[in-house]
Amino acid sequence: MQGVKDCIPTLLGYLSIGFAAGVLEKTAGLSNLEIILLSVLVYAGSAQFIAAGMIAVGTSATAIIITIFFVNLRHILLSAALSPYFRHLTPLKNMLIGSLLTDETFGVAINEAAQRNRIHEKWMHGLNLTAYLNWIFANIAGAYFGQWISDPAKFGLDFALPAMFIGLLILAIISRKKVKLDVIVAICAVVIAVSIAVVYPGNVGVIVATIVASTIGMVIEKWK
Amino acid sequence: MEVRWDVFLIIIGSALVTFLPRVLPLMVLSRMELPEWGIRWLNYVPISVMAALVGQELFVQDGHFSLLDNVELLAAIPTILVAMKTKSLLGTVVAGMVSIMALRFFF
Repeated sequence: MQGVKDCIPTLLGYLSIGFAAGVLEKTAGLSNLEIILLSVLVYAGSAQFIAAGMIAVGTSATAIIITIFFVNLRHILLSAALSPYFRHLTPLKNMLIGSLLTDETFGVAINEAAQRNRIHEKWMHGLNLTAYLNWIFANIAGAYFGQWISDPAKFGLDFALPAMFIGLLILAIISRKKVKLDVIVAICAVVIAVSIAVVYPGNVGVIVATIVASTIGMVIEKWK
Repeated sequence: MEVRWDVFLIIIGSALVTFLPRVLPLMVLSRMELPEWGIRWLNYVPISVMAALVGQELFVQDGHFSLLDNVELLAAIPTILVAMKTKSLLGTVVAGMVSIMALRFFF
């Protein structure tokens, strides 16, 4: 129950971003059942925004899945950072905990971990399930509301996706203490992605830019 | 209320590539550790993938490079400032949507 309570400060975020995702998915032409499946099975805001945006413009399934893979690779870091606090659990129990890991539940959990050296399994399930159920609810509410919106651009909804990426990017840079190097890596990624995108439309540019710019960051850090 | 086959494939594929990075480290890392360069490389993935996506969204319009007369690029400026100031993802998304609505109204 304490886990449920500790989740409450993050709920407004889940509800509103989940609502926006639901509206976008609806205006991208997804059916209600598809939207429910997406929020239940994928359960990741950035991935669902991307899926909605790319399905709307008819991108191939492979390109959508590869892009989502890279966007969600960041969960490896979150999952790895939490692993020391769950050493007392079996791999199967850790799988259940990890399957509902998000940026926000990670933030709450790592805060809890700072106060003790292991995290209680039940507390984590309380936190995870509260966030998960709110997310699904918000998606359905958004889908319901979305049926009355014929032109998402009128409400600035088409800009929700780039705005979310801007937010995730700035928050990631602020939370680490390597601003200069991070900015260099970000500029490299933008230049590569944009130059490739004007020659080869689609998402090849994003994938190449991610691999090359991350390698540049790794190499510069090693040199210093 | 139907589920199209191709959309279903996208959902299943996306679910899988989202699930694996979430669970594998928790399941495996209590037993072994990643090489140092691997962790370092992974550390830059969130920055580069977000920057690449933002860049493509802002600078590429209909397959062409666009710098002037670009409302989305203008809207990105207050969005970035709000992100730096509030450190809130929700605040940033709202700021972005309000900025683009206001800019489209005036231009």
